[in-house]
Amino acid sequence: MDTTEKMKTENLNAWFGPKQALKEITLSIKANVVTAIIGPSGCGKSTFIRTLNRMHELVPEARISGQVLLDGQNIYADEVDPVQIRRRVGMVFQKPNPFPTMSIYDNVAAGLKLAGAKKGQALDEIVQKSLQQATLWDEVKDDLRKPGTSISGGQQQRLCIARALAVNPEVILMDEPCSALDPIATAKIETLIRQLAENYTVVIVTHNMQQAARVSDFTAFFYLGKLIEYGETNALFENPKSELTEKYITGKFG
Amino acid sequence: MLNSYSIRKFKNKAAYVLCLCCVVIAVVPLASILFEVIARGASQLSIQFLTSNGLEGGIGPAIQGTLILIGLTSLIGVPIGILSGVYLAEFGDNKYASTMRTINDILTEFPSIVVGITAFSIIVIGVTGSFSPLAGAIALSFMMIPIVARTTEEALKLVLNSIREASLALGAHQWKTILRVVLPAARQGLVTGTLLAVARIAGETAPILLTILGNSYFFQGFNQPMDALPLRIFLNSRQPSPEVQAQAWGAALVLILIVLALNIVVRIATKGRFKR
Ligand SMILES: Nc1ncnc2c1ncn2[C@@H]1O[C@H](COP(=O)(O)OP(=O)(O)O)[C@@H](O)[C@H]1O
Ligand SMILES: [Mg+2]
Repeated sequence: MDTTEKMKTENLNAWFGPKQALKEITLSIKANVVTAIIGPSGCGKSTFIRTLNRMHELVPEARISGQVLLDGQNIYADEVDPVQIRRRVGMVFQKPNPFPTMSIYDNVAAGLKLAGAKKGQALDEIVQKSLQQATLWDEVKDDLRKPGTSISGGQQQRLCIARALAVNPEVILMDEPCSALDPIATAKIETLIRQLAENYTVVIVTHNMQQAARVSDFTAFFYLGKLIEYGETNALFENPKSELTEKYITGKFG
Repeated sequence: MLNSYSIRKFKNKAAYVLCLCCVVIAVVPLASILFEVIARGASQLSIQFLTSNGLEGGIGPAIQGTLILIGLTSLIGVPIGILSGVYLAEFGDNKYASTMRTINDILTEFPSIVVGITAFSIIVIGVTGSFSPLAGAIALSFMMIPIVARTTEEALKLVLNSIREASLALGAHQWKTILRVVLPAARQGLVTGTLLAVARIAGETAPILLTILGNSYFFQGFNQPMDALPLRIFLNSRQPSPEVQAQAWGAALVLILIVLALNIVVRIATKGRFKR
């Protein structure tokens, strides 16, 4: 597989106060494919993707060193506004977190409205398109005024995906987006992730190796804050180079 | 036979009865106050009593004054209180904030007569040179701000962090996140806090005793003495005439009704579209 590079981390280290959560991560994330981040709990998967849109620094006393490049530009350079980065690199969280005071419509429109967009047909169209992309439109098109929290967990997670898509990001980060969902809702989201990769660069954290194998093109295996192995998903699962990777994917620990 | 099960059953029962007794002890005085106020105050209520001025035996100026005080105090106290609460909850992870929090807590417990005498000596004597609604409202905001700040902080802390993160991850600025996402999510708490503070200041007597003085006439300007219900209750109840004393009961009932009505109206007006 030969694709261009969308993001890249170079010698990336991350800390929470004195505790180092990421060590010297150098990893290239290719455009318009799904990259899965796998590894045992606490190995730094969440920390890693949160450095990719500068959410990491919102934790008190959290800091990083090294570089994160987006289209070749270091997103941690002094002149870069984190707000702009977060518009280009969207995020879907582990637990569905629609805004509780907003309707389904307003949830999807939230990113644009918070950035100053006005009501109108243009906004209506973006909301519809985003919900369609998130394969939720048919299920909620008659209930757009209902609270965002009134739908099922799986639907809420797709609503959160629609919300992230509405601001037209280039990269979408997903932190274990299915871990709070049942198998049917999970299957829907996995199908959706495959579709998203046609237009977006997707990075998904998962502790479920079958899921990584099903949805991703590339996989990175993290262990104790280090990148142990990275490669095409098939190759990594069928023919791991590192002994640690092999132990992990065969379920010897984790 | 007394086995351990029946002992436990007995203890359960005893604890239940004890709790019930305490509830009764707590409720009886409250209910009797309410009963007394209604019994003695209701007979006073008439259009003439509610609308005419003090010389004609009415409490019109006191009702008007209390409403003005509530409005003016809220105008000063609610924005400052909410903004302080926002600071404490959203940026309060430093030693300045914890100092502020301590001062705030002390202010909440501050004897109101001390607030009154301070407002008297600084504002009434020093600044305006007269008893005035403005001086009263400033004194009362001193009591209102800490309550609103504290309840705002508590309400904002209940808002899930994942909601803040969701907004920030969409590329929203922090102040927009607070304004459009966090504060709306905490709305019920903010309303409750504000109402609590309003109920508290509406009935305060000591701070206004020394700042607005009282007046038999309707509102005469922001730099003139004004009347208010708690003041009227206090002043009239000390008069020897039974008729004047009865007016104090009428005023007490009206004060309770105003606080109650305000509660209901504000709750309906600020009810969110969605339940939480
Ligand atoms: N807010 C935090 N404060 C301090 N330490 C944290 C915080 N979040 C995560 N960590 C630590 O950083 C390490 C990596 O965590 P995380 O990235 O959440 O792992 P994963 O997502 O792979 O389970 C863990 O050791 C965890 O304890
Ligand atoms: Mg995690």
